[in-house]
Amino acid sequence: MDQPVKPSRPTRRTLLIATAATTAFGWLARPALAAPGELAKAQAALFGDREIRKGRVDVTLPPISENGYSVPIRIDVDSPMTETDHVVQVAVFSPQNPLPNVAQFKLGPRAGQASIETRIRLGGSQAVTVVAEMNDGSLWSGSDETVVTLAACVVL
Amino acid sequence: MVTIRLSVPETATAGDIIEIKALIQHPMESGFRRGSRGEVIARDIITRFECIYGGETVFAANFFPAVSANPFLSFHTRATTSGTLRFRWTDQNGQTWEDTAEIAVT
Repeated sequence: MDQPVKPSRPTRRTLLIATAATTAFGWLARPALAAPGELAKAQAALFGDREIRKGRVDVTLPPISENGYSVPIRIDVDSPMTETDHVVQVAVFSPQNPLPNVAQFKLGPRAGQASIETRIRLGGSQAVTVVAEMNDGSLWSGSDETVVTLAACVVL
Repeated sequence: MVTIRLSVPETATAGDIIEIKALIQHPMESGFRRGSRGEVIARDIITRFECIYGGETVFAANFFPAVSANPFLSFHTRATTSGTLRFRWTDQNGQTWEDTAEIAVT
């Protein structure tokens, strides 16, 4: 005789969800790898003590990154990209990675459009910050958050 | 043999903004990973990318260990003259890889 499955028995699905939740909590509870202030230091090394204003930079990360080794990032800077008004540099910073610097991009009026896409490694759930430097020396920043379920650097 | 994949439009109208995609096969070993015996795997990364169009560097990038293996880039440039776009990647030891793409601008 076949025994009917009791409703209280955990199904494969509930077990998987529970495992994923525990794993996610484990990553969140993990201390940051980079020492506090490393991010500010990296930004100061590149831009000095100039004021960084929020805005004009749009960062797009997936809400959930299943693989921290390859997280697609899209950066759009609101700029007409003309000779007189354009982006000269875009820098990506991570507050949770062992090194705060991720990548830097040099642009000019020849770019036509300040949109960049690449793939980066993230050592945990975090808000990635992008700073854009305009030709007049002004600095603008934007950020986006992502939840990383499998962090880079921690597991092999 | 290193694989390089480029996506550049074959033709464009002068003044058009074109999207360029470039990917190179490279492990981008971060220097933070450990091997099976606990030894640190030495860092081996590409640090620089340049796109030269009409003798002018129109886009450049500095990479750090947080850039994924097989670094992929998508960026834009304005089509100006027919000619060659040169793509150059340089690693931390100065080794370079180059590829080119032709574009016809009308």
